[in-house]
Amino acid sequence: MDARKQNEPAPAPMNAKNRTTVERTSDREMVVTRTFNAPARLVFEAWTKPDLFRRWWVPKSAGVSLLACEMDVRVGGGYRLAFANGASKPMEFFGRYIEVTPHSRLVWTNDEGDEGGAVTTVTFEDKGGQTLLVLRDLYPSKEALDAGAGSLDAMPETLEQLDEVLTSGVGDPRERPSPGPR
Amino acid sequence: MVQFSKARLDVSFAALSDVTRRGVLEQLGRADASITALAAKFAMTLTGMKKHVGVLEQAGLVTTEKVGRVRTCRLGPRRLEEETAWIERFHQLWASRFDELDTVIDELKQKEMVHGRKKTE
Repeated sequence: MDARKQNEPAPAPMNAKNRTTVERTSDREMVVTRTFNAPARLVFEAWTKPDLFRRWWVPKSAGVSLLACEMDVRVGGGYRLAFANGASKPMEFFGRYIEVTPHSRLVWTNDEGDEGGAVTTVTFEDKGGQTLLVLRDLYPSKEALDAGAGSLDAMPETLEQLDEVLTSGVGDPRERPSPGPR
Repeated sequence: MVQFSKARLDVSFAALSDVTRRGVLEQLGRADASITALAAKFAMTLTGMKKHVGVLEQAGLVTTEKVGRVRTCRLGPRRLEEETAWIERFHQLWASRFDELDTVIDELKQKEMVHGRKKTE
């Protein structure tokens, strides 16, 4: 809703990079917007097929590799991403899809943290051949969002630090059994 | 964990809550610019741009200096300090993800052109 009050993106030349905007809209919410020069159907596909998703979710600049990318994209289905970061055990991110509306909406939980994690909502809106993508991360508390941003320090250069934060935290998410979708 | 001063952040985030003002900061991150140049760049009246720069100035994100008839804006003493750096981290991550996503989507489009021969536009 908030994103829509912004101006409609002007049609960009096909080879120009569209602008990514990031906004903290409240104590608990971060909103990311971006326009893609393709219909929502294709953008949605790239978010829901693991073979495609794994190609862009971890940018090359991050210098880490994705060991596993399992996605069971349906309501109640799970996902699991595992990253290699050098010496130690892989880092895992996992959760469940709670809404899946083809070509227009995806909602998933982020369950790797100790307390309630953020809920991520992604909407895909067709704009005459282009797609306006809006991603919202809603955290359970302001502290959780601040901490989530803190952990982004790790992305990309200092992933070891994140590992330390995770290990020295209240619990070690890596020791939990993974939901193992499929 | 990094501690943020709440009042400071509130002013900063208010200043950063506007797409034009974020654009101005981005622009000033590359080079100093006059209000006139910024107004032209963002297709906006001089008065409108002055207002935006004023908000950024209040938040300490931008300073201005009048030399002769030109008021030059540059990033303020707080420039890319904690709060912008904080947002910038999200931004960098997502911008690089999405640039690669563009590549993936371009391939999907190409494939569809070849197979589907869809010529709607």
